Amino acid sequence: MKIHEYQAKALMRQYGVPTPHGVPCFSVDEAVAAAQQLPGPVWVVKAQIHAGGRGKGGGVKLARSIDEVRSLAGSVLGMQLRTHQTGPEGQTVRRLLIEDGADIRQELYVGLVVDRATQKVCLMASSEGGMDIEEVAAHSPQKIHKVFVEPATGLTEAEAEAVARAIGVPEGSIMQARAVLQALYRAFWETDASLVEINPLIVTGAGDIVALDAKMTFDANALFRHPEITALRDLDEEDPAEIEASRFDLSYISLDGNIGCLVNGAGLAMATMDTIKLYGGEPANFLDVGGGATTEKVTEAFKIMLKNPKVKGILVNIFGGIMRCDTIATGVVAAAKEVHLHVPLVVRMKGTNEDLGKRILADSGLPIIAADTMADAAEKIVAAVRGQ
Amino acid sequence: MSILIDKNTRVLTQGITGKTGQFHTRMCREYGNGAQCFVAGVNPGRAGEHFEGIPIYETVAEAKAAQGVTASVIYVPPAYAAGAIWEAVAADLDLVICITEGIPVRDMLELRDRMRREGRKTQLVGPNCPGVITPGEIKIGIMPGHIHRKGRIGVVSRSGTLTYEAVAQVTELGLGQSSAVGIGGDPVNGLKHVDVLSMFMDDPDTDAVIMIGEIGGSDEEAAAEWYKANARKPVVGFIAGVTAPAGKRMGHAGAIISGGKGTAQEKLAVMDACGIKVTKNPSEMGKLLRSII
Repeated sequence: MKIHEYQAKALMRQYGVPTPHGVPCFSVDEAVAAAQQLPGPVWVVKAQIHAGGRGKGGGVKLARSIDEVRSLAGSVLGMQLRTHQTGPEGQTVRRLLIEDGADIRQELYVGLVVDRATQKVCLMASSEGGMDIEEVAAHSPQKIHKVFVEPATGLTEAEAEAVARAIGVPEGSIMQARAVLQALYRAFWETDASLVEINPLIVTGAGDIVALDAKMTFDANALFRHPEITALRDLDEEDPAEIEASRFDLSYISLDGNIGCLVNGAGLAMATMDTIKLYGGEPANFLDVGGGATTEKVTEAFKIMLKNPKVKGILVNIFGGIMRCDTIATGVVAAAKEVHLHVPLVVRMKGTNEDLGKRILADSGLPIIAADTMADAAEKIVAAVRGQ
Repeated sequence: MSILIDKNTRVLTQGITGKTGQFHTRMCREYGNGAQCFVAGVNPGRAGEHFEGIPIYETVAEAKAAQGVTASVIYVPPAYAAGAIWEAVAADLDLVICITEGIPVRDMLELRDRMRREGRKTQLVGPNCPGVITPGEIKIGIMPGHIHRKGRIGVVSRSGTLTYEAVAQVTELGLGQSSAVGIGGDPVNGLKHVDVLSMFMDDPDTDAVIMIGEIGGSDEEAAAEWYKANARKPVVGFIAGVTAPAGKRMGHAGAIISGGKGTAQEKLAVMDACGIKVTKNPSEMGKLLRSII
């Protein structure tokens, strides 16, 4: 689960990580009032959306007067902010963060992630703050310093200090940087985060270490023990189709193509998408109906796929294991009738009670196209969609 | 022979009193030598009771002492699953298979760290996996038994239904499986591709292997690099998620391209360069396998 920058900064402060003074705002008037509370003479107007790359997209602006705060807040609030992470349609800005301007002497980078190979938390730090860290990794990997933290000890003082020195923190600020790095690790571990990223972490003119930006995402499987973090979820930032799907325990992700697919199992669902592409089509979504697909779940899955106006055909691919093909076939027939299916439907069924399932489909009176293999199914749905 | 489990494995079910645990324990008992293999269950509140003739114990250690248990299968809910795994590890079982999906990553980091620090010998399969089957002998997990057939092809995969897809293709070609292992879709897990691949290389009853991966992490690359130096049998590979967008979790907690790393294209390229025969068509895993053995 993702949260906004201002929410991440509030969490950081609880762990002792200094951040600039700032106020989250939902309107221009609130933004002006916030700026009046802050000392100035420079303010930063920051769009709060979940995607990264906000600065480059025009969502972060510097204001030198209260009037400028008013006009910038007015232009940023409500804009469609397009970044490399939002897709071409962009994301509507509904919240702002108004912050004190900072006196930046040095920009650093700090990130924390779970390293799957070592099964430890990896702290990454670099002197190249403010830049895209993936580019730093590609062009000057020697400038990224990593510590694989022992879960039993946490990030030690010695490790934190060594990293601070390696990324060029000035001598007078080393102790402060050490404390900030340790605090960031504790924040990551104790909140069950899956990512913490401070880009940039700055050294101010006065030598203070401050998190100028903050990004945190959390392990969805651990939210049950963090109600205060769960409460920070912002549904405006999520795809309505994905939210709707999650209500029915369906795992759904919107894609750009025109062939909807409904599959049981995440791996098979991806493989089905890949096969559609292999035969010249483009999948419109990822959809895993999970293990216990009832008629209700299948019907909801059809409704969600068909809400997407781009969908010109549907492929159902089911490997019946514990879930029997006849159960799924009954569900597919009921769903197709209920939603008055108006696009071609190809169904591939395999496994337990396969023949019974196929007969139910054939006897339904619906124009369902049957397929034997995943490849056969993909070929047929691509042809059917083209033929329209 | 086979890997990990055979007809002599003595299995304990943790979570035997839950709906899922009961259903699958019943299915496993009906498969192969299951009636002799599934010998115990654990539930602290129900010790002394039976589940359809299988005695229930208070702890894993008690069940092991009473029934000579060598392996455990876990269906307990995610919040308690890491604790259940640890109990089985602490009792020094040979093998723990955790089916549970949705265990917090931090719980798994702590568990895996403790297993390493204490030098525990228990092998962990999963979590978030379908389990392990040695066709004709024993199945431990949730896979449909009837699609399998005893044979000489090893299957290892992070995904459940995609494993069944590969198994069914192998069975349809008249070949069969020595063992099929689902290592699970979580980012922090027990046995990895490389571990299972190496067991198949050592197994005299396995002639070739199908290795199935998906986006996220670098386990497939690690296995491919190992294979390059240790290849003794042909391996066919498939990676799901060529069409998956970056930064999105595709159903499995571990199936995510992050920071541009863990793409299917990258994995396929490394596997190909290391001598694994890869296909981009998941319907042709079986055919490709037959063409090289």
